[in-house]
Amino acid sequence: MIFFLFVIILAIIFAAIRGIKGPTASDIIIALDNLTIIITAGLVLLSLFFERYIYLDVALIYGVLSFIGVLTLARYIEGGL
Amino acid sequence: MSKFIFTFFVLFTIWIGFTTSLQPQEVITGSILSLIITLFAYKTFSKTALSFFQPKRLFNILKYLVVFLIALVKSNFDVAKRVISPSLPINPGIVKYNTKLKSDIAKVVLANSITLTPGTLTVDIIDDALHIHWLDVKSKEPDIIFKEIGEQFEIILKEIFE
Amino acid sequence: MLNILGYILVSVGVAFLFLGAFGIFRMPDIYTRLQAGTKATTLGALGTILGVGLIQPEWFLKTLVIAIFIAISNPISSHALARGSYKIGHKPFMKDDGVDSYSEVELNEGEEF
Repeated sequence: MIFFLFVIILAIIFAAIRGIKGPTASDIIIALDNLTIIITAGLVLLSLFFERYIYLDVALIYGVLSFIGVLTLARYIEGGL
Repeated sequence: MSKFIFTFFVLFTIWIGFTTSLQPQEVITGSILSLIITLFAYKTFSKTALSFFQPKRLFNILKYLVVFLIALVKSNFDVAKRVISPSLPINPGIVKYNTKLKSDIAKVVLANSITLTPGTLTVDIIDDALHIHWLDVKSKEPDIIFKEIGEQFEIILKEIFE
Repeated sequence: MLNILGYILVSVGVAFLFLGAFGIFRMPDIYTRLQAGTKATTLGALGTILGVGLIQPEWFLKTLVIAIFIAISNPISSHALARGSYKIGHKPFMKDDGVDSYSEVELNEGEEF
């Protein structure tokens, strides 16, 4: 169980390095998009780890809001906002 | 009237899906909220989805899901293999893919499916042409592009939507 | 039995999540990064989430809702990102004989979608 969370933290580190390095705005948003999906899956794993059903609701709402956020950022770099 | 009931039914199903409980207070709150939204929105709701509840179409949708899941797993192993291998074997490029589908929903489903299959990513849809970023461009011939990328989906999507 | 299947699904999913992040780290340009980011992470997230649903069967419906939402939303956001990046002038990384059919299309600024 701990091992899964450890791999997820490794994944977060790799995506975050890309987010810090850039080099363009699009790269940072791609890294952010990837991070949100990893974190959604991570929240679901945490709900199993702590055996709390309520964390699934957190994961669902986090997924919905991050989807809207990434779409907004994509429209923003395109100049459509 | 049937439109009203259909809208209410869809909204209520979504509510039940999000709460996933059948306790009285959830069901009552959900039905009241669905009723209010239905009163405001039922005129603009589309009834197209009703026509999908035919045995033949449902069977085709199931078939499509199976084909799609197989393609999804295949694509993941393909991309994962490319990511791990030290030489990074990629030959990217953007190709034009001419679809034979007519309806807009079918095109959207096709574009999303293509995005999730081996090494292809839809960049834009302009009328009948999909511009697709391909991780490993095998050919520039339109026929081969059609066969490699989306033929398996188009056959079934044609049955479902047309 | 269901439990073991669930743990296998979770391990596969977590491995693919890692590969997706690693792909984003390794690939040379925006579009290839998007490829790694959409594909590997979609299967990774679906596997992890449905695997948790199998380990705790009474949660399965909820995890199914999250999985369906991710399967629908993930390609849409990467599509929007690819289109947006192209419109502000990022050309795809190509080998010598690469093709770019999208460059022939005349792009309208501020077009509604």
